[in-house]
Amino acid sequence: MSLLQVRNLRVEFPTRRGTLVALDDVSFDIAPGEVLGVVGESGAGKSMTGAAIIGLLEPPGRIAGGEILLEGRRIDNLPYERMRRIRGREIGAIFQDPLTTLNPLYTVGRQLVETMLTHLPIGPAEARERAIGWLEMVGIPAARERIDSYPHEFSGGMRQRVVIALALCAEPKLIVADEPTTALDVSIQAQVIALLKRLAREKGTAMMLVTHDMGVIAETADRVAVMYAGRIAEIGPVREVVKRANHPYSQGLMASIPPLDRRVERLAQIEGAMPRLSAIPKGCAYNPRCPRVFDRCRRERPDLMPAGATLAACWLYAPASGEGHAP
Amino acid sequence: MFAFIVSRLLQALPVMFTVSLISFAMFAYVGDPVVIMLGQDFTEAQRQQLIRDLGLDQPFFMQFATFLGNAVQGEFGLSYRLSRPVAELIAERAPATLELAFTAAFIALAVGVPMGVYTGLYRYSWLSRVFLTFSLIGVSLPTFLIGILLILTFSVWLGWLPSFGRGEVTRIGWWTTGFLTWSGIKALVLPAITLGLFQLTLIMRLVRSEMLEVLRTDYIKFARARGLSNRAVHFGHALKNTLVPVITIAGLQLGGIIAFAIVTETVFQWPGMGLLFIQSVGAADIPVMAAYLMLIALVFVTINLVVDLLYYAVDPRLRIGRGRGH
Repeated sequence: MSLLQVRNLRVEFPTRRGTLVALDDVSFDIAPGEVLGVVGESGAGKSMTGAAIIGLLEPPGRIAGGEILLEGRRIDNLPYERMRRIRGREIGAIFQDPLTTLNPLYTVGRQLVETMLTHLPIGPAEARERAIGWLEMVGIPAARERIDSYPHEFSGGMRQRVVIALALCAEPKLIVADEPTTALDVSIQAQVIALLKRLAREKGTAMMLVTHDMGVIAETADRVAVMYAGRIAEIGPVREVVKRANHPYSQGLMASIPPLDRRVERLAQIEGAMPRLSAIPKGCAYNPRCPRVFDRCRRERPDLMPAGATLAACWLYAPASGEGHAP
Repeated sequence: MFAFIVSRLLQALPVMFTVSLISFAMFAYVGDPVVIMLGQDFTEAQRQQLIRDLGLDQPFFMQFATFLGNAVQGEFGLSYRLSRPVAELIAERAPATLELAFTAAFIALAVGVPMGVYTGLYRYSWLSRVFLTFSLIGVSLPTFLIGILLILTFSVWLGWLPSFGRGEVTRIGWWTTGFLTWSGIKALVLPAITLGLFQLTLIMRLVRSEMLEVLRTDYIKFARARGLSNRAVHFGHALKNTLVPVITIAGLQLGGIIAFAIVTETVFQWPGMGLLFIQSVGAADIPVMAAYLMLIALVFVTINLVVDLLYYAVDPRLRIGRGRGH
C-alpha cells in the first residue's frame, strides 16, 4: 500500500477579487522508501503541495477539496493538535534556506533535543546522546563539541545538514524537502543531496523532493511529477520523464537543460510565461505556449492519461480521439 | 565581557561630563543665588561675604572643577529652599520614587507582554480588538487625566483607595518602604497604574508587532513543521525572539518612568523625587535641580548598560569573539 496518497487535492486562496485556485485536482502516491521529485516553474504549486501535506498552508490558503492519506488514514482534516503530533514524527520537513530555518537564539543541540523529546519516549540525557549521533550522521565534524554551538556559528551547508538532522531525528516515514539545495553554493549542493539520498535509503524514509533543479531530480528521484499552473502535467518514472517526456511542457522543460557534451548556440527555452493564478486560460493551462496545441486544448481541460510509460495531462494521448494524433 | 563593561563605562564618562556642565551652567545663568538666598534686606558686606562663601568670585573653570569634585562625592550643597544638604533630601525621597517606578514598570511588563503576545497570536479575536482599543486610550490620554479619573473613581466614588500620599511606611536602614504595610500597598496602587499605563500599552503594541513579525519567519514555520507544541513555538521560540527590541524599549521606558514621574507624583502628592523637583523649580532651588538632573543622567546611563548586558544574555549572535565557529 502507498505510504502517502494525495487524491484530487484542491487548494484555494480566498481573496478580495474572488477565489484563486492554487492547486487543482492534484493526485499522486508515494510508496514507502520512494523518492518522488516534483518539478516545475516558480508558482506552479510545488511548495504549496508540500505545505498542504504537512498541514501548514499559509492562511488564508485552505484545502478546498480532495484528500490526503498517510498509511490509509486521512490527515488533511485532522484538528491542529492531532496533525501537530504527525508533523516531525511521521512527516518531516526540510525548508529552502538553512540560514533562516534555525532559531538563532538556541543551540543546535537544544533544537534537536527539543524535537526528540516532543515525539519520542526518551529522557533528556538519551536525547542529547542521540542528538550527537545525528550530527555525526549528517557529517558535522566534532559533533560532540559542536552540539552546543549556535546556528550562526555554522556555515550554510553545515546548517542545512543540521536542518536535515532535525527533520529526521524523530524518524519520520516521509520527508517533504522543499528546495533543500536551492539556497546553497553549487559546490555544496551535491554533497547535501548525496547525504539526503543516503540517509533516506538507510532509514527507509520516503521523500517528496521539491526542486526546479532537473539535475537533482535525475540524480535522486525514483519518480517525478511535473507541475504546471497548479496541476500535474506529467508523472512517471524519472528515467522516462527525463529521456522521453510525453507532455509538451515536460519536453520543453527537459530541452531547456543545457547539454554538457556539445556546444549550443542558444539555450532552448519555452516561449512565454506561466499564467497567473487569476488568469489561467480555458482548456489546457499550457495551450497558449504549447507548440503542438490544437482545437480541443483550448476547449477542454485534459486529465492525466496513459502516455507511453508515464501519465500525461495532454489531449495528444486521448484514446480513440478523432482530433488527436499520435506523437 | 569585562572589557565590554569597562568600555561602556568609559563611553558613559563624556555623557556624565556634559550633563554636569549643563547642571553647573544653571547656577550661573538661572537666577542669582545670592539674591535668592539673601531675600529682600541685606547689606553690601553680607552680599560680598556670601559670594565668597559660595565661591562665586572664583573663575568659571575653578568653580566648575569644585562643583565636579563635590558632585563625584555626592555633594551638591545646600538646598536654597529648605537649607538642608541636597544629597540628604534626595536620599530621603528616592525610595518613594523608585518603589513607584519599579511597581509601575512591573505592572507594565507583567500585563503588557502577555497582552501583546495574545493580540499577536489571535489577531482577529474580539478580545484582541478590545485590548487594542484599550491601548489606544492608554496611549492617547494624558497621565494627569488618567490619574484624576482614577482618583475620582476609586477614591471619591468608591472610596476603596487613598487619593494621595504613601500611606504608612516602614524604615529599613535609610530606605523607607511602603510594601510592608497594607495602607502603603493601597496607596501605591493608583499612582503605579497611572504611571505604568502608558508604558503598558506601548509594550503591548510593541510585543504585538514583533510577534506578528517573528511568527512569519522560517524558523517558526520550521518549529511548527517539527511538530513542537504551540506553547513551545509561541513562548519558547517566538517570544524569545521578540525580546531584544522589547528590552531596549522597556529599559528606556524605565528611565523615563523614574525621570518623569513628576506629573504622577504631583497628582497624587507622592513624596518622591519628582515632587521635590517640581517644588524646587517653583522656588528656583538650583542645587536640587542640578543634582536631580545629574542623578537622572546616571540612571539612564546605568539602564543602558544593563540593557546592553541583557542583549548579551538573550542573543548569542552578539557574543562575539568567543573563538568558535567560522
